[in-house]
Amino acid sequence: MNLGPHAAFIVASYAIAAAVVAVLIGWIAFDNRAQRRNLARLEAHGVTRRSENSA
Amino acid sequence: MPLIDLANPTRYLQLSGRALPWLIAITAAACVAGLYLTANAPDDYQQGATVKIMFIHVPAAWLGMFGWAMMSAAALGTLVWRHPLADVAAKAAAPIGAAFTFLCLVTGSLWGRPMWGTYWVWDARLTSVLLLFLMYLGVIALWRTVEDPSRAARAAAILTLVGAINLPIIKWSVDWWNTLHQPASVIKMGGPAIYSTILIPLLVMAIAFTLLFMTLHVAAMRNEILRRRVRTLMLMQAQTAPGSGA
Repeated sequence: MNLGPHAAFIVASYAIAAAVVAVLIGWIAFDNRAQRRNLARLEAHGVTRRSENSA
Repeated sequence: MPLIDLANPTRYLQLSGRALPWLIAITAAACVAGLYLTANAPDDYQQGATVKIMFIHVPAAWLGMFGWAMMSAAALGTLVWRHPLADVAAKAAAPIGAAFTFLCLVTGSLWGRPMWGTYWVWDARLTSVLLLFLMYLGVIALWRTVEDPSRAARAAAILTLVGAINLPIIKWSVDWWNTLHQPASVIKMGGPAIYSTILIPLLVMAIAFTLLFMTLHVAAMRNEILRRRVRTLMLMQAQTAPGSGA
């Protein structure tokens, strides 16, 4: 694929797009793990929601 | 089952947990198809290979605006119906919309330098999109500043609805003012002004970006529901702790 004289601008655009998407995915995955860990820790201490207690 | 029951946070976690793997697979397939078509798209007769920047710049711009439109609809849900998932949806959409708007600005700059001879001009289109990005940052800051989620939701909803005035300004800025940015060439009266060999990859990339936005949004909403559960449990723990007076 020949990107011509402005190849650096095209490659930079796609690299930045990939980086932004990777950061978004990484942040959401990390946040999910953190919230699940916090929930598990609280439940291990016997703290549960009322709806779960009555179930 | 009534439709309103589907919007219950617990039900949402169940349904989205089942849908998310499918959404991820469809999004990945759409991204691969979009990138394949992009790599094989012909050069533009005037812009050469730099037209490939358009395949990410334009969908990013659409999704940046779509994110705010979605937040505005959710803001109505918060203010009018006080729906439990509306402010969760709005809060989860803000960082994703900000990221797509940032991508639009950066790729626009990188496209502008070889085509216009400059990275930036203060014309109406560029300035109104920069304003959209700053408004996203403002809403995110507001969510982080107010500790009580329901109070933060109302303040963010009002800010979001006020900010929605910027959406038609972005869309028609190129018609209302004399701008360096080109006028609309896809969504316009009389149909697209782009030849199909470039239009098809652009539309496939737009579908891929939309699926990516939706998948990330569904996952971010799940995180926000879990965060609120953690907050509720921590408050319960604090109330039942010895010396709390409860």
